Amino acid sequence: MTEKVHTMHEPADESVDSAARSTGGVAAPANKLIFSVNDLSVDYGAFTAVRDVTLGIYANDITAFIGPSGCGKSTVLRCFNRMNDTIKSAKVHGSILYHDIDLYGPTISATQVRRHIGMVFQKPNPFPKSIYDNVAYGPRLAGLKNKSELDELVETSLRGAALWDEVKDRLKSSALGLSGGQQQRLCIGRALAVKPDVILMDEPCSALDPIATARIEDLMQEIKQQYTIIIVTHNMQQAARVSDRTAFFTTEVNSESDRRTGVLVEYGRTDSIFSQPVDDRTEQYVTGRFG
Amino acid sequence: MTAVIDNTSPAPAMVPLLSDLSSVSGRRRNKNMVMTVLMGVSVVVVGFVLLLVLITVVRKGWSIVVSEFPKWFTKDIQLSPRRAGPGMKAAIVGTIVATATATVIAVPLGIAGAIYLNEYGKRSAFARTLRFLTNVMAGVPSIVMGLFIYVFWVVPRGVDGLNAFSGALALACLMLPIVVRSTEEMLRLVPQNLRDASLALGATASRTTLTVVIPKAAPGIISGSLLAIARAAGETAPLIFTVGAAKATNWNPFSGTNTSLSLQIYANAKESFPTAQERAWGAALTLIALAFLFTFGARALSGRLSRTTES
Amino acid sequence: MALALDDLKSKNQTADRAFRGATLAGGATIVIILGLIAWTIADKSRLAFKTEGLSFFTEPRWAPAANVYGALSFIYGTAVTATIAVLLAVPVSLGIALFTTQVAPSWLKRPIVAMTDLVAVVPSVVFGLWGIIFLAPKLTPVFKRVSGWFHGVPVLGRIFGPASSGRTFMTAGLILAIMITPIIASISREVMETCPLTDRDGALALGATRWEMIKGAVLTHSAGGIVGSVMLGLGRAMGETIAAALVIGSSAAITANVFSPGDSLPSVIAFEWGEATSDVKRSALIAMGLTLFVMTLIVNFVATAVVNRSMKRMRGES
Repeated sequence: MTEKVHTMHEPADESVDSAARSTGGVAAPANKLIFSVNDLSVDYGAFTAVRDVTLGIYANDITAFIGPSGCGKSTVLRCFNRMNDTIKSAKVHGSILYHDIDLYGPTISATQVRRHIGMVFQKPNPFPKSIYDNVAYGPRLAGLKNKSELDELVETSLRGAALWDEVKDRLKSSALGLSGGQQQRLCIGRALAVKPDVILMDEPCSALDPIATARIEDLMQEIKQQYTIIIVTHNMQQAARVSDRTAFFTTEVNSESDRRTGVLVEYGRTDSIFSQPVDDRTEQYVTGRFG
Repeated sequence: MTAVIDNTSPAPAMVPLLSDLSSVSGRRRNKNMVMTVLMGVSVVVVGFVLLLVLITVVRKGWSIVVSEFPKWFTKDIQLSPRRAGPGMKAAIVGTIVATATATVIAVPLGIAGAIYLNEYGKRSAFARTLRFLTNVMAGVPSIVMGLFIYVFWVVPRGVDGLNAFSGALALACLMLPIVVRSTEEMLRLVPQNLRDASLALGATASRTTLTVVIPKAAPGIISGSLLAIARAAGETAPLIFTVGAAKATNWNPFSGTNTSLSLQIYANAKESFPTAQERAWGAALTLIALAFLFTFGARALSGRLSRTTES
Repeated sequence: MALALDDLKSKNQTADRAFRGATLAGGATIVIILGLIAWTIADKSRLAFKTEGLSFFTEPRWAPAANVYGALSFIYGTAVTATIAVLLAVPVSLGIALFTTQVAPSWLKRPIVAMTDLVAVVPSVVFGLWGIIFLAPKLTPVFKRVSGWFHGVPVLGRIFGPASSGRTFMTAGLILAIMITPIIASISREVMETCPLTDRDGALALGATRWEMIKGAVLTHSAGGIVGSVMLGLGRAMGETIAAALVIGSSAAITANVFSPGDSLPSVIAFEWGEATSDVKRSALIAMGLTLFVMTLIVNFVATAVVNRSMKRMRGES
């Protein structure tokens, strides 16, 4: 399976290879391939939002999806934990292999997938419950009832999200009383409490001020030691700062229907995407001449 | 080292097996399924009850309404509940007269009140209190409205006070808060830039309201009013104390006792004679038809409204 | 062109003011009517309270012939029937609201909403007629059987006690439940529709099943509004007259047995009005109207307060 991804056609693969070559000087061993996405397309009714995406995601990397709005980067992200299932008109074609298991296979439960692959959303969305109950929500679903175990898990998760010191004295007060940045870190902590393998982040900083954004970015660097992170961002500087690999998406106008469909243009190590992009469209975008 | 790297950190899951990603535990899945089914069952139960009521009313009411057609609509009510034979004209006329009079009173007042709330009062303390009291008034039991009009309006006039107009006053009390609430909601939907455009052309506030805001909201206002009328037409309790009793047709709201379809259903339902019960079902069929007519009218209008605002 | 101060002064000020005044008058009618209701009804109740004193509320007997006017059994009947109605209507209404907002495909939503709205359009007297002639005779054997099951069981045996007719507290509660279901269902539905998609996504992304998502996100979000809608339904059930009057059995009773005939405040007012010839009896009936008015006022006040407080909490202000 892994082989197949690497021998794929299209600029995506070529750039993976070229990226590998361009980082040849670095001695770090190549990370394990955790996702391989093959010919992924998503339709909303008759409209194709994004098509023919093929790429591989590596463990303990931060992978950034960038591109102009409407390019389908969030749509692709929501395929990794089957959140597109919640949109009734959405249809997913192609496959996403997660540790060689097809996430869209017939026996796979979206609910279980989401326990392995957590998600943080664009707008902080804590539940209207206490801080503690927000973090304990996922573990409780899994049947964890033991009070001391829960307490410990809440603490480690909040520490993991660099929020513990700020909220340890008011765990029982409403999560809605926190600032936007704190709420977003709470949502990260809430995702960590489920002990996921991968964390998907859908423009997690777009509703935050620069200081809160910086804290989330630091946090991402800390937790990537244990987790694989995929982040969608509209902010190129952010992608350049935090990510190891970058995938650039753009829109193509369908000549017949005049609808826009997202496509993957180029994928590779972040430094090469930003310094030596292979595709003209990538270059135009990262140098600010487009999008 | 940062806190996350120490041993107490939540450890990421090991490489998952296919079974880890397969369906959730039986208990959780079953609960989800049972609850989903129960939700569906709730819908079915209410649909079944509604259908049962409607079928019963049509089945039992149909024969008297259509036998010797059109006597049901043209003959006054039998004087003795024991005697068979159609005739419900007095009640149909009474319902129409009382409801129409109530509409004439309540709808203009309600629209005016809603205009005040949405165009002038807005978030002021008085407007907020008024909005709150409107909700309170909507919750006042209809029988209390009837008692109120009896005490306040009928008693001072003695026997002459028992007429369709008194009944209409009680119904109007019932309709008023409904009209205010639905109209205010419709006015709120009118985009502010329409008002601004009119005001910027030098129109006064009242002109803006009358020539721009009201016409824009009109279908919604009419639809809300029709629903209030449907509600009033079906009411019984406010009329018990206010219109007296009659079996002959009386078109005059201001003089003479009257009756209504609802009062006839109530009176005949209490009788044990099959003739009376048949009459009650016939009146129920007529009343439901009337109420549904207004409701469907309102729906058609609000359907048109949403189309015009979308385009 | 020279601009005179006069040009900038309003020309139609009087018309504008008159219009504003007219709308204010329309709004003020509500205040005036509510005030008049309270004042006139309280005034006409005085005679009853003068005769009976506070024992009006504590006296279970209603015996106009003996000049004894007690409202207690009717207050009790009102409370019992309204409670039964709410207990039966709440699960069904929430089920409908959840099905419409969380489960149903989009083409099914409008028909369900239209169907629940139609239940609200059926006049209460029609439900009463259906209850007394169609439903009550069919319920008698059901009540008898249920009563047989619980015979001898502590507590439940008393609540589901002996049944002799189909016109009981339970029948009235059932009919009232049908009538308040559209109220609770439609308000809860509207509140649930305001539950942000992000809240739902948040729960699903943590691996919640649909029901777990509903419990964690939708119901938590809508709790205040749901409580408010239930209170409004309760108020309606307490004040509903004709349907209850026809099926409740019309005999004053204070008993735990829900299969016993009873009576409620609005139904006794409607039922006895025609035979109320003495001033004291009329005054006593009006005093019951006052009692009902105050009870529904309290319920509606609390409903509004609960909704407002939960709205504040939703915004994270507390």
